[in-house]
Parts: sequence; C-alpha cells; structure tokens
Amino acid sequence: MLKQYETVFIATPVLSDAQMKEAVKKYTDLITANGGEIVYEEDWGLKQLAYPIQHKTSGFYYLIEFKAAPEFVNTLEVQYKRDERIIRFLTVALDKDAIAYAEHRREVRSAKKNAPVEEPKEEAKEEIELPEEYDVEPIETKED
Amino acid sequence: MANEEVRYLNPPTVDVRKKKYCRFKKAGIKYVDYKDPEFLKKFLNEQGKILPRRITGTSLKFQRKVAVAVKRARSLALLPYVTDLLK
Repeated sequence: MLKQYETVFIATPVLSDAQMKEAVKKYTDLITANGGEIVYEEDWGLKQLAYPIQHKTSGFYYLIEFKAAPEFVNTLEVQYKRDERIIRFLTVALDKDAIAYAEHRREVRSAKKNAPVEEPKEEAKEEIELPEEYDVEPIETKED
Repeated sequence: MANEEVRYLNPPTVDVRKKKYCRFKKAGIKYVDYKDPEFLKKFLNEQGKILPRRITGTSLKFQRKVAVAVKRARSLALLPYVTDLLK
C-alpha cells in the first residue's frame, strides 16, 4: 500500500548546479528504487534562510512529492542525515485535503508558467502607483 | 437640572464591533500549507509568535492546523523562531 508523501530538503549553498542536480537525482532514484513513484518535483532555487543553519544564511530548496511504502520514509531520512550536503529536511505525509491542495497548487503554478507575460505588467502598475502615495504623506507630517 | 434627559457634550460613541470569523471556514480552505510563509505571517505577531484565536478569530480546528503549519515552516527556515520587526 503506497502512501503519498512530500519532502522538502535544503542543500548547502556551496553546491554547483551540477552537484545540486546530482543530489536531487540521488533522492529521486532512491525513491523509485524502493518501489515508490515521483508525483511532482519543484526547484525553489537558492533562498535566504530565516535564521542561520550551520553558519549558512542561504540554501537550495527542493520539493519532491512521491508515493512510497511507509517503511521507506525512515530509510530516506537516514540518507538525509548521512548526507553532508543536506542541512535541513522535512518529510510530511499528505492526507486527502493535502493532496487536493497540492494538485490545485500545481495547476496554479503551471498556469502561471504558461502565461508569464501578464504578471510583470500588473507588478509594474503597482510600482507606479505606490510612489504617489508616499509623496503625499511626508508633506503632511512636515506641516505638523 | 430641569430637563431630566441626559445630555452629552460629545455624542456618545457607539462602537459597533465587527464580528470575528474564521477565515478558513469562510473561504472553504481545508489544508493549511506550511510552504507559504507570506500567508502564515497573518497569524504571527511582530516577534514571530503565533497569535491567539481570540485575536484572529480562527476556529479551534484551524488554529491547530495553523500552529502545525507555522512550526513546520519554522523548522524549514521559512519563518524565524524568534525575531523583531517581522512584517
């Protein structure tokens, strides 16, 4: 009986792109080799950490959704712990609401990717509107 | 005081308090995602502490889910454990 899981890991920022791909491949291979199947992968890229971990202030985030036997999670986490490239990881079992949410999230993400032209325009508009508001406020405070 | 009717110098302020509601129940959200720190920040104060239900109006069911999601986000360094001037 396969259960659906979701795992996020943070790799050290010192890795090159090739090394990062190799690390990701190691875990995706590990999942498929143990009778699991990959549902979805997502690369979040280099992100700033909210607090330093092992004296590092940033890291490569990677998300894998997969189906596997419950016993497999332990072996996956042991591999994470032994891997010096991984500085943090989290594996979560997905219930039916979470699976529905994950599917919805994927649809939204793919829709955004297909239509990236519309988004920058909206952002640009907001940027233009904001400075006008900021110009008005300082004048009032100076009068006081 | 000939006139017994009470008169106020300023019109009495009748504060109509807005009824709080659970935003999850209202919006029909069933799963609280730990991967979305910007959304979770609505349930944190400036020090990054989880706000109580009496302030946010979240129902008990979803307050528990919010708490779990915030804690997961903290362990993934998406949210800070302690900070100042979050937001």
